[in-house]
Parts: sequence; structure tokens; C-alpha cells
Amino acid sequence: MPIGLNDIIAILPEIIVSLSACVLLIVDLFIPKGKKFFIGGIAILTVMVAAFVSFYIAGAGLTGMTVFSGMFAADGFGFFFKGIFFVIAILVILLSLSYVDTEGIENGEYYIFILFSLAGMMVMASGVDLLSIYLGLELMSLPVYILTGYAKLNKRSNEAAMKYVVLGAFSSGILLFGISLIYGITGTTELTGIATALSAGGAEHGALIIAVVMLVAGFGFKIAGVPFHMWSPDVYEGAPTPITAFMSVGPKAAAFAVILRVFLDGLAPAYDTWYLILSIVAVGSMVVGNIVAIAQTNLKRMLAYSSIGHAGYALLGVIAGGEEGVASVMYYMLVYAFMNLGIFAVMLYMRTTKRSGELISDYTGLAKKNAPLAFVMLLFLFSLAGIPPTAGFIGKFYVFMALIHAGHIYLAVIGILLSAVAAYYYIRIIMLMYMKEPEGEFEFVRSRPILYVLTLTAVVVIILGIFPGDLLSLAQSAAVFL
Amino acid sequence: MIPVTWFIVLSVVLFMIGVAGVLLRRNLIIMLMSVELMLNAVNINFAAFAYYLQDLRGQVFVVFTITLAAAEVAVALGILIALVKNRSVTNADELDSLKG
Amino acid sequence: MFLTYLPVLMMLAVVGAMGAAAVIFSSFLRPNNPYGTKLSPWECGMEPIGDASTGHFRVHFFVIAILFIVFDVETLYLFPWAVLLTDESISLLIFIEMFVFIVVLAIGLIYAWGKGALDWVK
Repeated sequence: MPIGLNDIIAILPEIIVSLSACVLLIVDLFIPKGKKFFIGGIAILTVMVAAFVSFYIAGAGLTGMTVFSGMFAADGFGFFFKGIFFVIAILVILLSLSYVDTEGIENGEYYIFILFSLAGMMVMASGVDLLSIYLGLELMSLPVYILTGYAKLNKRSNEAAMKYVVLGAFSSGILLFGISLIYGITGTTELTGIATALSAGGAEHGALIIAVVMLVAGFGFKIAGVPFHMWSPDVYEGAPTPITAFMSVGPKAAAFAVILRVFLDGLAPAYDTWYLILSIVAVGSMVVGNIVAIAQTNLKRMLAYSSIGHAGYALLGVIAGGEEGVASVMYYMLVYAFMNLGIFAVMLYMRTTKRSGELISDYTGLAKKNAPLAFVMLLFLFSLAGIPPTAGFIGKFYVFMALIHAGHIYLAVIGILLSAVAAYYYIRIIMLMYMKEPEGEFEFVRSRPILYVLTLTAVVVIILGIFPGDLLSLAQSAAVFL
Repeated sequence: MIPVTWFIVLSVVLFMIGVAGVLLRRNLIIMLMSVELMLNAVNINFAAFAYYLQDLRGQVFVVFTITLAAAEVAVALGILIALVKNRSVTNADELDSLKG
Repeated sequence: MFLTYLPVLMMLAVVGAMGAAAVIFSSFLRPNNPYGTKLSPWECGMEPIGDASTGHFRVHFFVIAILFIVFDVETLYLFPWAVLLTDESISLLIFIEMFVFIVVLAIGLIYAWGKGALDWVK
């Protein structure tokens, strides 16, 4: 089937991002060391242009079309997630500008890899065929593997990257085997075709459960759901901090976009098969994430476990299903991106030669030394714990609402009980910051871009907590992709 | 004509050898080779299904899987070289500086 | 079934026979004078450093090998493309598509070149 203008327009944002990444790869050769922030600037500009074009396409009523012979859908659902990715990419680049300088890993490729990863995430959010979804997944993962090991001379970074790449390749092998079984059962890789074949009797096939388990394992690895979470604390700790921030929100949101599409669209007729498996992963993630986080002394490791827990909450929204469930997951991912990037921004603001900002004890008595920083940290921790009036509360609230409306009361009760546990370790840090006397000297990075990120995320976390209506209705209107 | 189950048995056996290799062997290069084995098992599956369904989709998937396997192994080996230059280990059990 | 592939079998037989004949004839004709330097392993024009079985190679081989793997696999896409190129209804379109693909590959190559991955002596 020939390619028409529609196809090109539908993937214009992806084209812009990947083309700019390719051009920057060449431009980077001519930019002297020490001026590499220039590449970062162009990367931000590229993301802005792509965001503008996406916004225009979404606004011009060009959405809802499936192009490239059913490979790629330019629908509201995809555009909502792409919006999240654009924000994440811009904020992460802003966070990186001073970090790469102090760590001595300043290179143009750093920003280019973020762009490539962004392109992969965008393809994932719009993919409606298991082939394009898989391609997007790999395009997203490969740059993140490299970025994890970006501090070449840092042994912890090397080690984290090695663990991540071996386990990542392993999980994508399992995912592919699941895809091949689905293809064998249904005779297609297109999500709508899979749904048709499954409702026409394929759902009774015995191999389907194996295929579903393998898909859950593959996607579960990307969202760090228990029992596929083992990599995440180590990788989070070893990776450069802005990259940890990136992978805790970006690939996770992209994987959720894919999970929503695959399970609620393609595998919807097999709900009875995957419902129990996903419930086990969700409850396991909430239990392990929230309980193991209590024992951590390293803030990055603690955030890794907390992010495992948050993946569990978001999976509850997938289990709830329906428009409400989908919208709640989309909203949760948006909120999670802001609050998690915010807390990483605080960490980066603390990162100087005196202290790394990675240990929880580094924050002892912060309120006495820098009250505004301690306050935004408090805000993000409240939001992660789900305490009103922050955005995190609204996110959790809608997930539980969707779950109760869908009739899964038990799951909702478990989730609410475990978020009470989760509040403990977040509030422990707040206690340290406010109730204890400061130890040693404090020094701050005072980088302007990080300040911008801090301000923006803090403001958004409050605004989304108080006026969630507009974005929620946007998510609801975008959730009708089925 | 060879029944499709034969292909599936072959690919499942290969896949299991790959999985066992990743989980049991501790040499990082052998672990990467085992991952390749898993991906090739998937390729057999796709090619067999494509043949029996008389559908080209599976073959297209095989081409993409081969490419991505090459890309993945290139990245993994690059990271391995950086690791070996820094610490000269190729054993997964010696990667223990990250613990909590 | 057998007859369809008979030419291939004959081809194999001829190729095998020619290879064997070349080795056997030359062993009669050539002078036989082995000495130490001649029998030493020869690694791409370089002095062998130790035993190859210890697994130590120059890292530079690795960069070239990786580049080779990546570009080698991309060739895979050219075969289905070449088969389809005769279809006139899409030939222009896929010609342009392949052009774009090659340009992307070329960018990769230029990058590797610019980074000095292709220079043997640093």
C-alpha cells in the first residue's frame, strides 16, 4: 500500500525528533568540548517544535486515524502520552546541563540519546501493532542502556549498565516469545485483529495463558513490577542521577501506554486470562515496593522501591479498565512524572563536592539551612505519599475510584492500606529535614535550569492537586481509543 | 509436510536453553550469547507460523528481530568493554558494588 | 524433488573437486621449505602478541567488528527491497524510502568516521 500524505503528517513529530537527533549527531562533531550545552539547547528546541506540531495535529482534528497499514495510530491517547514524554525530555535535559559538567561526562551524544529514546517512546505510545510497539520499545531502551553506563569511568555506572542491558535483553527475548505465540494463535500482530481473533474463539486457546504471562513479564520489566523488579534498585543507584530521573518516569509511562493498549484493546477478550496475573503483579509491586523502601538509606534506592510501588498503583488502573481506568492511569503517569522529576531536581540541587545528595542522611536539618528547598521537597514527598492537597493524592484517588466502580473492592482496600505504609518512609525524610539539627555544611549547585525545573514541578504539583478537572477531562476524552 | 508442532518444540527447547544459560551461567559473554539463542528461538517460531498461516507478517518480524538483536548485542558489548577496562571482570557474580 | 535440486548438488561437487584439485596439484608443484617465521600465525599484518586462545585481542578489532555487525545486518533489508523494486506501482516510492534508509546509515558511518573509529593508528 503506497504511503500518502496522511501517513507523513501522522508521524511528523517522530520524524522531527529523529531527524534532529541524526543531524545533531553530525553537528556534534564540530562543536568543541565545553560548548556541548549547545546541543542540549537545540535538543530542547527540537522537543518544543515536536510538541507544537503534535499539538497542532491533535487540534486540527487529524486524530483517530490509523496509518502505515495499521501500524501506527495518531489518536488522542497517543498524543496525551506524547505530551508527557515531551515534558519529561525537556525537564531531564534541563536537569542534566549542570550535572554533566560537574561529573565530567559532558558529551553531545548524551542529549542525542535522550532524543532517540524520546522517539522510541513516541512510537510506543502510538503503536497499534505488536511490531511497531516492539520496535519503539527497543528504540527507547537501547539509548537508556547506554545512558545508564554513561559515566564511563565510574564503576557503579558500568555495573548498573551491564546489569540493565543483560536483563533488558533477556526480558525483551521473553516478550518476543510471547508476541510470537500471540501471532501463532491469532494469525496477526495488529491489536484490533488480535481482539477480533480472540473474541472469535481464540481466547480459549491453551497457549494463550503462556503468551500472556510472557507479555506481562516483558512489559513488567519495563515498569519494574514485582517479580521483574530486581534490576531497578541497582540500576537506579548506579546510573547518573538525571538518567535515573528519566528512566523512572519516561520508559515507565511509555510502557504503561503500551500495557493499556495491548491489554485493554488487543487482549480485551481474554480479560479473564490476564486479570489475575496483572493483579498478582500489582499487589506484589505495592507490597514489595512500599515495605522494602522503609529499610533504605540511599535516597535513589528508596525512590527505586517507591517507583516499584507506584507502578503497582498504576497497574490497578489497568485492571479497573474501561474509560475511567484508562484515564486514571494516564493522569497518574502525568502526575508521577512531575513529582518524581521534582524530587530528583532537589537531589541534583544538593549534589556538590561536599555531599552527594544521594543519602537520606544528607537531608538532615535541611529546613534550617534552605527553607524553600526543604518546602518543595516536602511538597514532592507529600505528593508521592498521596497526601492532599497535592497532585499525587488526586492521582491515587482516581485510580481507586475507577477500581471501586469496576467492582474490585478488595484490590482497592489493599492499595489504600499499603499507601498508609508508604506514607511512613516519605514522612521519615520530612522529619529529618524539619525536626533535626543540621549536620556539617550545606552547599548547593545554584544552577538556573534546575531552579526552573524545581519551580515548574512544584507549581504543577500544587495546581494539579487543587484543580485537577481540566487535565482529567482531557485524559478522559483521550481515553476513548478502543 | 512437517507439522507445526515440531517447529514449536524446537523453538521451545532452544528458548529454554537460552533462558537456562542466562540464569545459570555467570560469564557475561555467555549470558549475552544465551540471549541471542532466545531471540533465534523466537525467529524460528515466527518463520514457522508465517509459513503455516501463509502470512508475510511473521517473516517481516524475523527481519526486524535480527536487526534489533544485532543492535542490542553491539550496545551490550560496548558496555562490557567499558566495564572490563575499568574493573577487568567478566563474571556476573563479581558485579557486587551495588547493594542495599 | 530430487531432480529440482540436482543442479545445486552438481555445482557443489564441481566446486569441491576444483578446490581439492587446486590443493593437490600445488602440493606437487611448489617447493617445500618450512621455517619458523613462515609457520607463525599471521594476524592481519601484525606481530602476534601471545597466544590467541587466551582471549586477548586488540580492542580496536572490537570497534571494527561492531561496526561490521551493524552494517552487515542492515544489508538484510536490501534483499526484500530489491525483489519488490520491479513492481512499478510502488517502485518510485520504495526507491525513495531506501534512499532515506541509506542516508540514515550514512549518517551513522560519518559519525563513526568523525569520531575516529575508522582510523587504525591513533
